[in-house]
Amino acid sequence: MAFTPSKETYSGKVYPVTIGTTPHEVAFGGENVLPFHAFEGLTPNRPVIAHEIQDVPPYDWPEYVQKPFQSVSNDPVVWAKFCQETLNARAIALRLIGTHPDRESRSPEDAAKTVKDVLSAITVPCIILGSNHAEKDSSVLIAAAEAAKDRNCIIGKAQEANYKTIAAAAMANNHKLIAMSELDINLSKQLNILITQIGFDKERIITDPMSSALGYGLEYTYSVMERIRLAALTQNDATMQQPILGDVGLYVWKVKETQASETTVPQWGSLEERSIAWEAVTATAFLVSGAELLIMRHPKAIEAVEKIIGELT
Amino acid sequence: MALTGVEIFKLLPKTNCKKCGFPTCLAFAMKLAQRQASLDACPDVSEEAKQKLGEASAPPVRPVALGTAEKAVKMGEETVLFRHDKRFVNPCVFALAIRDTFADADINKKVDEVLHSEIDRVGQKLRIDAIALVHESNDPGRFESVARLIAGKAPEIPVILCTADPKAAEAAGKIYEGRKPVLYGANSGNIDVMADIAKTNKITLGVAAKGLDELAALTEKSKTLGIEDMVIDSGARTAKEILEQNTLIRRAAIKKNYKPLGYPVITFADRDDSLTETLIACIGVAKYSSIIVLNSIEKWKNLALFTLRQNIYTDPQVPMQVEQKVYKIGEPTAESPLLITTNFSLTYFIVSGEVENSRVPSYLAVMDCEGLSVLTAWAAGKFTASKIAQFIKESDAESVVSHRELIIPGYVAILSGALEEKLDGWKVTVGPREANGIPAFMKTRMA
Repeated sequence: MAFTPSKETYSGKVYPVTIGTTPHEVAFGGENVLPFHAFEGLTPNRPVIAHEIQDVPPYDWPEYVQKPFQSVSNDPVVWAKFCQETLNARAIALRLIGTHPDRESRSPEDAAKTVKDVLSAITVPCIILGSNHAEKDSSVLIAAAEAAKDRNCIIGKAQEANYKTIAAAAMANNHKLIAMSELDINLSKQLNILITQIGFDKERIITDPMSSALGYGLEYTYSVMERIRLAALTQNDATMQQPILGDVGLYVWKVKETQASETTVPQWGSLEERSIAWEAVTATAFLVSGAELLIMRHPKAIEAVEKIIGELT
Repeated sequence: MALTGVEIFKLLPKTNCKKCGFPTCLAFAMKLAQRQASLDACPDVSEEAKQKLGEASAPPVRPVALGTAEKAVKMGEETVLFRHDKRFVNPCVFALAIRDTFADADINKKVDEVLHSEIDRVGQKLRIDAIALVHESNDPGRFESVARLIAGKAPEIPVILCTADPKAAEAAGKIYEGRKPVLYGANSGNIDVMADIAKTNKITLGVAAKGLDELAALTEKSKTLGIEDMVIDSGARTAKEILEQNTLIRRAAIKKNYKPLGYPVITFADRDDSLTETLIACIGVAKYSSIIVLNSIEKWKNLALFTLRQNIYTDPQVPMQVEQKVYKIGEPTAESPLLITTNFSLTYFIVSGEVENSRVPSYLAVMDCEGLSVLTAWAAGKFTASKIAQFIKESDAESVVSHRELIIPGYVAILSGALEEKLDGWKVTVGPREANGIPAFMKTRMA
């Protein structure tokens, strides 16, 4: 007797989101099946990886992820062009980390200037991120959203404490919005609801359920992503059908495994290969569990993950 | 799909004779449904019921052992598709491929790599579990001699003998008789003779097909030939095929209780580029492979794959805990700050990560609160002033630091007064509420 595979048809689908401007837009999401289940439904867009850059030199990044950008990272504009032209980035994520009060504490005006300069140097879509300081981000992201007006960027991250101002700024300047909550499907759903209640279009939100690194809580992010996707598809829950963001590099490049030398921990092997693998493995796990958009740092990790995405689609 | 208590009840004698130790047949049926009782306890059950219940109570993915003694590993027994529903049961086996075309010196080196692959991570000993001996020489004699070499050098390491040549299979199979290897390579052309070798030598049969249809037909055929223990290969090699076919196999087993595909799956990652192979293996770890065969096992690669496997196979219902003790972050001295938090692993990871970010060498006292986070532990009465005081006194905190200042999480600021009373001679400082405030907090303290 022949085997009949049981195919699933789902009632819901993930909203497709397009970022950037013609002819360089990039789309992700839009599938009506679990990640890469093209055998039973539609997967119109491949996941997108955005190359992360920041407004100040990355002296806080570990050695092996600073190295590839050594000659460009002093200037975010040069850095952005390097990602677009040399690394063929499909998208760029500009993190305004220098605005954090404990860092360089750059002003919203400075941040806006950086955004303008970077955007005028690149044609690919851009994700503009604050420093994750809820209060400061409110003012920084208002200025950044204005500076990026009509470039169809993603602005983030809106959290429970500051979503009103950030969502309003994204809305006024025609951007998409990242909604971030902390590793809980219910918080994630609640934040999406709150944001839509102030008039923000639910199809312009990207959900960030909070990432974590391999070995440091990855399984929590993995399962929250998987549950969000299942809720979107099987329950047709419109508050869970936003594409999911995995902010991979930020979390990966601060754990011990991406920093401890082989001399310190000989049983862990080569630091360079280990740290690249750490980022690539974390990213791959999130792709399989539901992320459609990733932010990553190391060019070699990105290249390897792009290759796997190519093989999966 | 497992039967419900009521469905099982219908198959029982309904005499309420109590011989099983339960007051009624219904009560017994309920226990059976929860797998807390065995059908053997009922002396009057009919043969027909036994058969039906036996089939229904068998796990949807058959348990199969690989190897014997200390290094034996269990495969199969999975019950769900998604790890948040219930814990994935038996972590996948990582095996290193050793080809019989390699020179003996290289083979020795590879076996050594397997023997020395063990790493300790969060209290678990993790290693490359097995060797897959691959027959590529076309010479059964060579296959046999390499099998003997490996069996001699690493007698405890489980093996997967990969050959479609019955002569090679028989010779190597004899060497591993009674040691529960897998004989992988039964296909539609050799199934009868391979099944016979597996049966004679009591070996698990690895069935290789092209596609799920042929795979199901082959396992059914093997079953009629008397083979019970199998591992299966649908022929999936690309990432897309592995994800798709492994999903369809697991789905058929779990949701339809489809027996012909209810066996552990073997996946050959098989890439020249090690990072690509690592990522192919990731798909296997996340998506239902029970054995993943690798071409290379560098230390960095092992650490990443072991960690992913550990993460994916963690019980989602039991909070991950870290060991209660005073942890060093950086290279602290007797003057370094001492912070305290609870032993929920996520709490520990986040707090220790932020302390590391602050670049201030410190001690972090992690207190056993049954894996609860700070606020939950406080609410549950497990992170109270008297319990913290007792922990600090009993730990080595008073000997590792020369000062007497304890930094507590901002969320339990309310405890500071009571804690100072209970911890004689100690000053209690309230830290930030969220871990991401730690670097700024440490910075201002240092200033």
